Amino acid sequence: MSGAVKVAVLDYGAANMVSITRALAAVGAEISVAENAAGMARVDAIVVPGVGAAPPAMVHLSERDLLAPLRDWVLAGKPCLGICLGFQLLFDASYEGGAETLGLLAGRTVSLIDAPTLPHIGWNSVEFVRPHPLFDGVADGSYFYFVHSFVPAPADESLVIARTTHGRPFASAVARGSLYGLQFHPEKSSEAGLRVLSNFVGLVAAQAGTAAEAA
Amino acid sequence: MLARRVIPCLDVDKGRVVKGTKFVNLTDEGDPAELAERYAHEGADEIVLLDITAAHERRGTMLEVVRRTASRAFVPLTVGGGVRSVEEMRDVLRAGADKVSFNTAAVATPELLTACARKFGSQAVVCAVDARRLAAVPGAAPRWEVVTHGGRKTTDLDAVEWSIRAVELGAGELLVTSMDRDGTHTGFDIELLAAVATRVRVPVIASGGAAGPDDFVTAVRDGKADAVLAASIFHRRTYSVSDVKAAMTAAGLPVRAIEEAVA
Repeated sequence: MSGAVKVAVLDYGAANMVSITRALAAVGAEISVAENAAGMARVDAIVVPGVGAAPPAMVHLSERDLLAPLRDWVLAGKPCLGICLGFQLLFDASYEGGAETLGLLAGRTVSLIDAPTLPHIGWNSVEFVRPHPLFDGVADGSYFYFVHSFVPAPADESLVIARTTHGRPFASAVARGSLYGLQFHPEKSSEAGLRVLSNFVGLVAAQAGTAAEAA
Repeated sequence: MLARRVIPCLDVDKGRVVKGTKFVNLTDEGDPAELAERYAHEGADEIVLLDITAAHERRGTMLEVVRRTASRAFVPLTVGGGVRSVEEMRDVLRAGADKVSFNTAAVATPELLTACARKFGSQAVVCAVDARRLAAVPGAAPRWEVVTHGGRKTTDLDAVEWSIRAVELGAGELLVTSMDRDGTHTGFDIELLAAVATRVRVPVIASGGAAGPDDFVTAVRDGKADAVLAASIFHRRTYSVSDVKAAMTAAGLPVRAIEEAVA
């Protein structure tokens, strides 16, 4: 494949765009910011960032007419990475304010209510459930940075590739085909986080290369 | 398990990192973004940028510093100094900060903590408590008063009571600085830290007085701090972040290991 992998980061007013765009650029991706469906054209992958609450985030996505394009993108099997709130939104619904979310992964987002402290803020260890290329070169048990109070409970346990414990174990990373979700912030997790983003970009490049060969 | 954090603090004056003793005798110690990037590589768990530029000399230089730092150091970034409104906090977050620390503004307008927590979440709101020890009263527990304006103004607030109130108002974290120890390299005020940390459920960041790795251990073990902050010992390379983490690990405290990614 020629040229850098093109990644569009969705800007729907719910994220620190500086860190995620610069971190992806630092691992070699060609970055654009998509505020609407037009911004998703001619890119290889979409990243859905996000900090905050699910209900206003769904309103913002809806106001920018991003809900259907995002669903279509994922259902077409194109690469997509959800981070933190962007990860939670991939599931059916959230108990956070009772919001219906994207419904791309089966399961609901629930509160970490029994945790010793909430929100769960800080560096916590990520334990691998099974090997996955997203974590190539990252040691099992490595620390990543978390800021959240809710976690998704995937209906299909086989999608979970890593878990973290805060009060109880929860899915800190899932993967289904080209759809990836991370509860932690790779863009704030120093070298380990950059490695995960680099692996994501590598997976996107491999998929784009395969598609180009088939065409 | 959540790791205890080691946080280098950069005092920034007109876009440059400076450090003085008790907020005076400032010396230039470098470019904030460059230093922050170095610390992130060395294993810093977070970076604090504290804008100490005099109000009349501020011209948006800090937002540019935040933007440049967030673009180079991929660890959480806390920015303090001179933020007085929800709108100013939004600007700092949009420039790439994850949290904003309030000190003088919170003392003057406590509702600001509530307004900012409602808008951005309490995880983004840090209350900086600058505390000065009051003269000892025989037979009584030690007490500290809150000072503002970089220690130049006193208040009638008790530092422990104010800390508790700040959390009730919306602060998700407390940055507790001993003004008696700041810049003196005589160790953290452990009694102050423990007095605050045992009364609140949010994380407490210890600040003011770090001389060496053992002080960080004591602040966490005896002061019950969740995170430890220091400035000049890191800037002057007296100790590195990894020296501090090695001491904490040896003391059995959970810290994020610094490991080179496997090639």
